[in-house]
Amino acid sequence: MIVEKELSTKYLTVSMGPQHPATHGVLRLVLELDGETVVKCTPDIGYLHRGMEKLGENKTYPVDMTLTSRLDYCSAVANEIGFCIAAEKLLGVEVPERAKFIRTMTSEMVRIASHIIWIAAHAIDIGAMTVFLYSMRDREMILDLFEMLCGARLLHIYPRIGGVRCDVDQKFLDQLWDFTEKFPKLIEEYETLIDQNRIWWQRTKNIGIVSAEDAIALGLTGPTLRGSGVPYDIRKVAPYDAYDKVEFDVPLGKNCDVYDRYRCRMEEFRQSNRIIRQCIEKLPGGLVLNPDAPGLDMMPGPLKKAAPAPAPAADGTAAPAPKVEAGPAFTEIYSATEVPKGELGYYMVSDGTGRPYRMRVRTPSFVHISALQRLCVGVLVADVIALIGTIDIVLGECDR
Amino acid sequence: MDTNIIYNGFYKLIGITGEPGVLAMTVAILIGIVVVLAVVLLHVAYATYFERKVIGHMQLRLGPMRVGPHGLLQPIADGLKLFFKEDIFPATDFKTVFRLAPIYTLFAALSSLAAIPFVSTFYIANINVGILYIFAISAVSTYGIIMAGWASKSKYAFLGGLRSAAQLISYEVAMGLSLVGVMIMAGSLNFIEIVEAQQTHWYGMYLIPQFLGFFVFAIAAFAETNRVPFDLPEAESELVAGYFAEYSGMRFSLFFLGEYVAMIVMSSMSVLCFFGGWTLPPFLTNAIPALNMIPGIFIFIGKVYFHIFVFYWIRATLPRYRYDYLMRLGWKVLIPLALVNIVITSVIKYLA
Amino acid sequence: MGPKEAAEVLRKSFESEVREISEFNAGQVSVTVAKEKIREIMRFLHDAPELQFHFLSDICGADYMGKKEPRYEVVYNIFSMPNKAYLTIKAQVPEDDLAIDSVMDIWVGADWRERECYDMYGIKFSGHSDLRRLLMPDDWDGFPLRKDYPLQADLGDREWKGYIDVIETYKRNKVYEVHSR
Repeated sequence: MIVEKELSTKYLTVSMGPQHPATHGVLRLVLELDGETVVKCTPDIGYLHRGMEKLGENKTYPVDMTLTSRLDYCSAVANEIGFCIAAEKLLGVEVPERAKFIRTMTSEMVRIASHIIWIAAHAIDIGAMTVFLYSMRDREMILDLFEMLCGARLLHIYPRIGGVRCDVDQKFLDQLWDFTEKFPKLIEEYETLIDQNRIWWQRTKNIGIVSAEDAIALGLTGPTLRGSGVPYDIRKVAPYDAYDKVEFDVPLGKNCDVYDRYRCRMEEFRQSNRIIRQCIEKLPGGLVLNPDAPGLDMMPGPLKKAAPAPAPAADGTAAPAPKVEAGPAFTEIYSATEVPKGELGYYMVSDGTGRPYRMRVRTPSFVHISALQRLCVGVLVADVIALIGTIDIVLGECDR
Repeated sequence: MDTNIIYNGFYKLIGITGEPGVLAMTVAILIGIVVVLAVVLLHVAYATYFERKVIGHMQLRLGPMRVGPHGLLQPIADGLKLFFKEDIFPATDFKTVFRLAPIYTLFAALSSLAAIPFVSTFYIANINVGILYIFAISAVSTYGIIMAGWASKSKYAFLGGLRSAAQLISYEVAMGLSLVGVMIMAGSLNFIEIVEAQQTHWYGMYLIPQFLGFFVFAIAAFAETNRVPFDLPEAESELVAGYFAEYSGMRFSLFFLGEYVAMIVMSSMSVLCFFGGWTLPPFLTNAIPALNMIPGIFIFIGKVYFHIFVFYWIRATLPRYRYDYLMRLGWKVLIPLALVNIVITSVIKYLA
Repeated sequence: MGPKEAAEVLRKSFESEVREISEFNAGQVSVTVAKEKIREIMRFLHDAPELQFHFLSDICGADYMGKKEPRYEVVYNIFSMPNKAYLTIKAQVPEDDLAIDSVMDIWVGADWRERECYDMYGIKFSGHSDLRRLLMPDDWDGFPLRKDYPLQADLGDREWKGYIDVIETYKRNKVYEVHSR
């Protein structure tokens, strides 16, 4: 809650939100305007704070995975995969090859879905209403595919620690292949409407320029950072799942403005399409879930249990009870994955029980909104809308 | 005697020959007003329906479908809803101004209908300064917007009102200058004489020699009616409906009607000045004499419908201009173009 | 240079501050340091030409009530783009001196993450430009992520006033509810 302490007579203080069509969730921006120019911008978040980190400390790892689904609800599988990778590193669980490819495939499908929501919201805020409806039509195709795969359209809860929940069948792969055949033409449909449009250029070129050093200092990640020309993509830098086995390019921007970030994400559509096709072609056989992995019935007690006492020796004396090896008291991991919005990092501390001792989620939207504070100074009110669109935020992720 | 069929018909009905008295004239004018208002308001109501249908089909969806067959009763349902809605009055100190603002805007929009001839024999008033009258009235409508923005005690409405007022006065200059070319070519400000002057050429429309003027006029028409791409003052995602954010129920519907009536007035002006009004071009009627049988009113209405369709088409396609680009376009691009048009037209008229 | 070598370089430069270097599988290296010279340590990690940890991934806190002394830790996860190495620095903060220097002058993006750390644990960052609550309401009582703060509690009178207002407004307006069949 921000209370104005004194009456500011020179600048007009406008509060954008928390209910506002453009702010992609419950974000409140307190803007101080000098005529049409923004002098100061103070974001006010916390309206969607659900205490996910506290809940994470009190529930076991598989249950925590369902919580992470609700972070960036536009790309649920990606968050869950990030959590599963962190938990697998922490608990030392191996993932079969087939599951890695399936995870990569669904990650890229959900990257397309999330970028579709981005272009839909960005375009309709700037005024091009039709792009919203054309892209939502295509998102329906992806959501139908997810429903075929795991039964849920939005909050999938598909991966498990040690693999994925269920296998893909040939019908799903055929329909996914058809989608990848159709999709490049559909991307061109959106681009026809806005890519070479003079009005779009005037609204997005030379707006929100962030130099590479500033972007790194602010902590931006994902296409927001790559629009400034910094080649930081975790899928290339620290590959996880099957990303080192598929070929793809990472688009970079040159002018560091809103238009370049838009072009980066449009190119990422095509690259995701390419990755999905390679995953379908290269999908190996085998299990999809490691049978030794802790299942849904993971207990909150200690993970390493003592072996049962051996039978007494022939002469009746009881053998000494085997002791559990005491490992280090706390083990920790920081594991980062590339979700559509940026870098999703999980810092987890385990104390040897079935509950994480500390579960910290580093979400890209949190950092991007803090960057908005500095980006919005000196721009017009209409550009604030363009900037909110370009940093691609979801408040569920920001507030956790 | 007037050439107006409504007035003549009425005088014949009550048996007046020669000059009609003041009372008869007043009643005749009132009948004319009722007819025009009824037709135009019905058109406006269905213009809202057709907008939703046209934009819906362009966006791969159907638009209203439930109320009545194919949603045809939707405007009636909307009207009823707005009528019965609770009249939320904000806690403002300017109560009279708040009440007056929507009436003002609608008054300005509807008054311009008085000078527009729909056919050569049907109009409410045939004044010799038709174009000038319509410009004056649309300038007055700016007051309504400023009053609305100021009287709702809300920062959003205030900002929206200011922006809209600045936009309107900037584009009025461009609009006026764009029609000067038409006036030079026709030699008169009277709408009926302009349409008849267009008939003297074989192409029948001032669109062809005055394409620059039409271009400027069309863009200015979008800006004058606050339509996309110039709808920043009422953009949903930026200022949440701008100057009429605090209005609800019947007051809001008055603003809404005012916007669509202004759209129809702008389309009518464009049809009369650039597209030949209720006439078809002579090269067409000479080639196919059967076309002379079509009543002028249908030709006029068809052309106006086409204009309104273009309004909707552009709304579905283009994004929105930012405020400073909007201003820059109005002052630095359109006014010089209109001036160039005037110079070229004058030179050609002088030499010819 | 991998993370382990970076940690060794750090230990060589700040011998007295570094308390422990621990390694875990999957390339995770964490360095536990004392909190006094955290700003110099971070400046060294940021500027040293062979290290160049320009990217701050995350700052968070951790509460080891009863399990470890000192009680709190502020965890910095940093990344070096030239070396492609992640490193975790943990600064130990004792309960009776709950303050640490802010690294906002090195990374501007540390701003909100330190605010959240303060909001959730109560750790004060000296040198921070605007340290106030971020996610919780401004007048909230208590620091939620501490281990002695319950997950669910009926706070009774100590409940946040905003929530009490909402419940009372609901009860007052229940009279006006129209139930249609």
